[in-house]
Amino acid sequence: MIEHHLPILLIATPLMAAPCCVLIKHRRLAQLLAFIVCWLCFGISIWLMAKVITEGPVSYNLGGWEAPYGIVYVVDYLSAFVMLFVAALAAIVHTYSPSSIRAEIPESKQYLFHATYLLCLTGLLGICITGDLFNVFVFLEISSLSTYALISLGKTRRAPLAAFQYLIMGTIGATFILIGIGLLYQMTGTLNMADMAQKLDKVREINGGTWAGSRTMLVAFAFMTVGLSIKMAVFPLHSWLPNAYTYAPSVVTCFIAATATKVSVYVFIRVVYEIFTPTFAFNILPLDTALMAFSLVGIFVASLAAIYQTNIKRLLAYSSIAQIGYMLLGISMATTAGLTAGIVHMFNHALIKGGLFMVVGCLILRIGSAKLEDLRGAGQTMPWTSLGWALGGLGLIGVPLTCGFVSKWLLLTAAIESEYWWVAILMLLSSLLALVYVWRVVETLYFSEPSEKALAAKEAPPLMLLSTYVVIGASIAFGIWTEFSAGVATETAEYLLAGTAEELTGGAP
Amino acid sequence: MNNDAWLLASSAEHFYGLYNYWIVVFLMMTGFFIVISRKNMIKTVIGLNIFQTSVFLLYITMGKVNGGTAPIIPPDQVPHDTHGHDSEHAHEHGLNQLLEPVSESNPIQAISTKIESSLPLETVAEHGSHEIIYSNPLPSVLMLTAIVVGVATTALALALIVRIREDYGTIEEDEIMIMDRES
Repeated sequence: MIEHHLPILLIATPLMAAPCCVLIKHRRLAQLLAFIVCWLCFGISIWLMAKVITEGPVSYNLGGWEAPYGIVYVVDYLSAFVMLFVAALAAIVHTYSPSSIRAEIPESKQYLFHATYLLCLTGLLGICITGDLFNVFVFLEISSLSTYALISLGKTRRAPLAAFQYLIMGTIGATFILIGIGLLYQMTGTLNMADMAQKLDKVREINGGTWAGSRTMLVAFAFMTVGLSIKMAVFPLHSWLPNAYTYAPSVVTCFIAATATKVSVYVFIRVVYEIFTPTFAFNILPLDTALMAFSLVGIFVASLAAIYQTNIKRLLAYSSIAQIGYMLLGISMATTAGLTAGIVHMFNHALIKGGLFMVVGCLILRIGSAKLEDLRGAGQTMPWTSLGWALGGLGLIGVPLTCGFVSKWLLLTAAIESEYWWVAILMLLSSLLALVYVWRVVETLYFSEPSEKALAAKEAPPLMLLSTYVVIGASIAFGIWTEFSAGVATETAEYLLAGTAEELTGGAP
Repeated sequence: MNNDAWLLASSAEHFYGLYNYWIVVFLMMTGFFIVISRKNMIKTVIGLNIFQTSVFLLYITMGKVNGGTAPIIPPDQVPHDTHGHDSEHAHEHGLNQLLEPVSESNPIQAISTKIESSLPLETVAEHGSHEIIYSNPLPSVLMLTAIVVGVATTALALALIVRIREDYGTIEEDEIMIMDRES
């Protein structure tokens, strides 16, 4: 019986546990509760993934109300996959967090941190699982609002400012999405995504198969694309990201860098491929060209910016903007190979960036600074942490046997398959830029005169190192064993491009 | 009627007919302009609020059906009995019928057929038609949620501004930028 209700438990458990953390008001108990709940969510998402692989998509009607009327939770390949890595990283980052939290967040606020962390997790998982478009907005706001609050917990006075700037940008983005949803609702009279996709098909049929109007749909599409681009931090709309990642507490940066933007990419894939359909977005409207141009410019500008950073967190933040470019590049190709590459890169980048930010968290804990000049020579006093950077960095560059290679290889073959030769060449060039910024840090850690702070440092606590290595290890393991990530992504891509959205509306298991 | 002539005749009507939407656009642009042009944080938040309010109006406008009433069954249509003291009892019975748990596969349909079947025939005859036009309640309900989200956003923004004011002593973004560059 409980098995049937697991999709809702995945959301309800962290949602209920969050206020419990506030009520407990005890630092350690709240931490314990959040720890248990995070791993529980991970467990449930593994179970859901397994069920999707063996039995196909799972749908769950909230309160027993059937699909187009009630809210339906849908777990298919794509959502199960995204939920799996979001929950996995949430659990591992939370395991990693205690020492770092003690150092960076005032004791009186720690129980609030755990509550907000759980709320953020609720939002992120909710976005993935729900089949209702308005629900997506609500969960998006739950996760965003808790992210703003988490960022403002940072030590420096710049943290609240970064959170405020993110709040303004994020709310504009969310409101744009809300306008888009409203216009779509006006067109179709439904909020269920699969139902909406079908009804929009009819809009096209009425217009004689070709595109002959419906400005409402056009405007809705424009609002949703721009809104989601803000949330994804696509190149010209990325301005909130560097400050937010830099001034947030290390643990928060690990969590949001690994998950938040990827979940927005997930929504983008859903909206473009499932609701509007690739035909509308790429053939009738030139979204593919625009997206490709923006992602390539973004990759280069952000990678170049990363090279010149003196703060290691900011460096990684710019690198994140570049990596979002790779994901969108894959998505913009609108082929099975391209979409597969985009989805695989979501997963791989979550592992790589999560791992690297965890390494940075260790460095900051022991050295007390994120500036490159203070990190000089840390390789001598913190050998394991520095090795973590080197291994994670290889993934970021895309060296064979790391998962970064897998996604770049898939992207490259996809580009060649679609005969985008210049895209393939530019991609290889951009990898060199990644090599430069990763190497700059490696050089600082290993081949520089140690700074005073680095000499006084000692190796990071074992629990932090262990969890860091779990993530870094996973990023290498999934580079060698690609069947799971690439397999699921191919399955998803084929499914999305086949346009079989109808399957999702009905049929409770 | 000729399509062109129809367009011409309806263009003025179009303008007034879309009255609410013009206000939506006006509010939206006002709010958005304030957000991007003002450097004072409180003013930015006010702009953001105006921007969000325009979306509330957009949704509520699309939910309104011309001539539609609130989606509540009018009291004179609620089943009742005219035989003296029995009426209360019958009323309760009618309500119970409405409220009793629904076990069919499609609950919405089940409830709506129940509502229809519980309407006494006389009232249907009186009103000439079985159907009452209701406005769509869903957009309004959605906006309740959006308003809550908006309030939460504003509260969080104001809380952040308080902290920024404590740390920097100002809420002008220009001045903070200068202070950050100097430090």
